Amino acid sequence: MVPAIQVERVSKNYGGMRALDAVTLTIGQGEFFGLLGPNGAGKTTLINILAGLVLASGGSARVLGHDVVNDYRAARRALGVVPQELVFDPFFTVRETLTFQSGYFGIRDNRDWIEEVMHHLDLTERAATNMRALSGGMKRRVLVAQALVHKPPVIVLDEPTAGVDVELRQALWQFIRRLNRDGHTIVLTTHYLEEAEALCGRIAMLKQGRIVALDSTQNLLRMHSGCYVELLLNPDRLPPALKPLVAQCREPGYRLQLKDYNEVERVIAELRASGIEIQEMEVMHPDLEEIFIQIMKKS
Amino acid sequence: MNSDPKTGTGDLPITHYPSPITGFYTLFRKEWLRFWKVSVQTVLAPVLTALLFLLVFAYSLREHVDVFPGVGYAAFLAPGLAMMSVLQNAFANSSSSLMQSKLTGNIIFVLLPPFSHQEFFLAYLLASVARGLVVGAGVLAATVWFVDMRVEHLLWAIAFALAGSGVMGALGIIAGLYSDKVDELSAFQNFIVLPLTFLAGVFYSIHALPPFWQKLSLFNPFFYMVDGFRYGFFGQSDVSPWLSLAIVAAGFFALSCFTLWLLRTGYKLRR
Repeated sequence: MVPAIQVERVSKNYGGMRALDAVTLTIGQGEFFGLLGPNGAGKTTLINILAGLVLASGGSARVLGHDVVNDYRAARRALGVVPQELVFDPFFTVRETLTFQSGYFGIRDNRDWIEEVMHHLDLTERAATNMRALSGGMKRRVLVAQALVHKPPVIVLDEPTAGVDVELRQALWQFIRRLNRDGHTIVLTTHYLEEAEALCGRIAMLKQGRIVALDSTQNLLRMHSGCYVELLLNPDRLPPALKPLVAQCREPGYRLQLKDYNEVERVIAELRASGIEIQEMEVMHPDLEEIFIQIMKKS
Repeated sequence: MNSDPKTGTGDLPITHYPSPITGFYTLFRKEWLRFWKVSVQTVLAPVLTALLFLLVFAYSLREHVDVFPGVGYAAFLAPGLAMMSVLQNAFANSSSSLMQSKLTGNIIFVLLPPFSHQEFFLAYLLASVARGLVVGAGVLAATVWFVDMRVEHLLWAIAFALAGSGVMGALGIIAGLYSDKVDELSAFQNFIVLPLTFLAGVFYSIHALPPFWQKLSLFNPFFYMVDGFRYGFFGQSDVSPWLSLAIVAAGFFALSCFTLWLLRTGYKLRR
């Protein structure tokens, strides 16, 4: 099966700065893929190269087998992009905006699909409203709708929930999950790592233009075999033997980093021997955020 | 939600499969609506400005100046004002649209779709021509109540209106691509477009100028557009209309080629 996205040794230089350094990446059809990295890592540059907004300095990129430069028409028809910034054309209403976007992709009379998309994104009541008059959340929904009007098989969302309230975030994820279940390939960039952990089947981590990790979410989480223990103690002090394990001091309490679950017994034993009462205790597996920080530090 | 993610065309009927004509036409229509929705500012205002010029200049000079034999000054002035409005508004349409879109970021909505650079160019150009012609027609429709208008060679007038607005539409695209800030575009307008249109013989025949300034006017490309357009009304011009048409057509061809090259390289649109 043709990959949804194929990036081969793509590089991008801005003057003396190397924004992307020979990035190679393949995303299969139907995947829910996460692209993570700190600010300036090259995530948006990579997305922009796929979308044809930026010209790569080297390498090649394909969307559903179509080269984004030499076969740009087919590549762009196959791709829907939700940009990071809240941009809009202040001259038009929601329905006009979506109708134009649909027309740009060569689709005449797309009314039924546009109405369906507006319905699923809760835009129907605001269809005749000028874009200027919408709240930030509604503008974000319109951006998602604009990316979908031409029914692209591959949808890229560049930090879609930045600055969005909890309710809208949940609604957007429900909607995007549904699209993925229908078979659309989703590529997501986000700084909310708990979202990436919950939604993405596979993740690439970028740092300074290079891929520093590329694996399934489960494998990345298993990279750290240990666990964390959060403790609330009475009195609020640790026995000396446990102080090397402290990952974070909390007010009150402690967070200990353990190499594996077996060490939990040792911790309890040390505390009991020291006459310290455990008021609260929680054992947690490292989340993607911690894995991400470790990987970024190592590389 | 019904869609076929593999093809991207879903269950749309065959007539709905992607059409480049639809894409180009949609972009043109968007650019048309963009100025039509604010037509008070984009059409009525320039018509009023032209009328004010006519009233002030023509009525203060009508007893003193007879530029062409048998043509009163007010009648001489009207087509020149119309053409000046055509040129300035054709330039304004494409330049302001592109610059504002880049500034606000919504240019992304026309860069993501699969337009060829030719479709992109034609859509912006034709919308500029449309606005230029609408404003020009509005000026003539308003001035006809004040002056004795006659049209000796309508086809010449139409040819120069089309060619002139095409030249300025293409120049507007170049200016819109180049300008990243409002003051950069203002510099184009205030230091190039405005002076060259005002000194294009709109208010005078170049034969009324001293010899040096007459010769210098011949280097102003805008002069040929105005002079040729005016020929369509009076059958008289400062230079041969065929020469004017050749120069304007050559200018349009050169500007179009340059603009298409800029769009093909992604100049200031695709980094």
